[in-house]
Amino acid sequence: MSTEPGRHPALLRGQGHVLAVVAIGGALGAAARYGAALIWPVAAGGFPWTTFAVNAVGCAAIGVLMVLVTDVTPESGPAHPLLRPFLGTGVLGGFTTFSTYTVDVERLADAGHVRTGLAYLALTLLAALAAVWCATAVTRRAVARRRPCPGEVR
Amino acid sequence: MSWLLVVAGAMIGAPLRYLTDRAVRTRYDTLFPWGTFAVNVVGSLVLGLVTGAAVAGAASAHTQLFLGTGLCGALTTYSTFSYETLRLAEEGARLPALVNAVASVLAGLGAAFAGAACAQAWWG
Repeated sequence: MSTEPGRHPALLRGQGHVLAVVAIGGALGAAARYGAALIWPVAAGGFPWTTFAVNAVGCAAIGVLMVLVTDVTPESGPAHPLLRPFLGTGVLGGFTTFSTYTVDVERLADAGHVRTGLAYLALTLLAALAAVWCATAVTRRAVARRRPCPGEVR
Repeated sequence: MSWLLVVAGAMIGAPLRYLTDRAVRTRYDTLFPWGTFAVNVVGSLVLGLVTGAAVAGAASAHTQLFLGTGLCGALTTYSTFSYETLRLAEEGARLPALVNAVASVLAGLGAAFAGAACAQAWWG
């Protein structure tokens, strides 16, 4: 992508590489989500376990990732600047989905499965927040144990 | 073919989410994750429309895979939503964290219902 000033709005300037890795990562993540839906199909009117699991796993993974990419040590140096856009924004962003979650709740309610819809609505939110919280805490502990420098302990 | 449609949709949806978030961050100096909130609500509205159109027979399975599974699926995100909620809570902004979680779910759900209702009105 060309990035000469004036030819592109400021929003896109210098963003070619980031947009490319976000697009590729997003495609990989979405393909993985589609594959999961093909392997574990959910019956109409049933609890959408596959999307539930995809979102919970994706939230745990972003907890691990964000601790690792922000954990800068003198030995390792900062993480590659495209790592977070590729894995976080791209792969995990494309893997997890909010729209399928909300529309599945709408479909369940529309078909008369209001209780299943509400249970799915609440359980996904709780599982996602618990997953990202636990994954972040466990990864921070593992990183701190591996490197017990006084100034770096969290 | 199905995989290509999902991949093509995602290659549009994911960068759109990134650009939306970047546009919000460069224009507004705010702690609240408005970018993710916006893509999740808009994506829910569009997927509600697409799914409603498919139910009414007005959208093909290919359209559903491209716009729904691919584009809307990758435009919206649960991982960034949950991570940003956690970050707000950790930074002491507990009320904004709670508001983000509850408002995202309610607005997204409302958008999904609105999309489905529009599809029903147009194609039902």
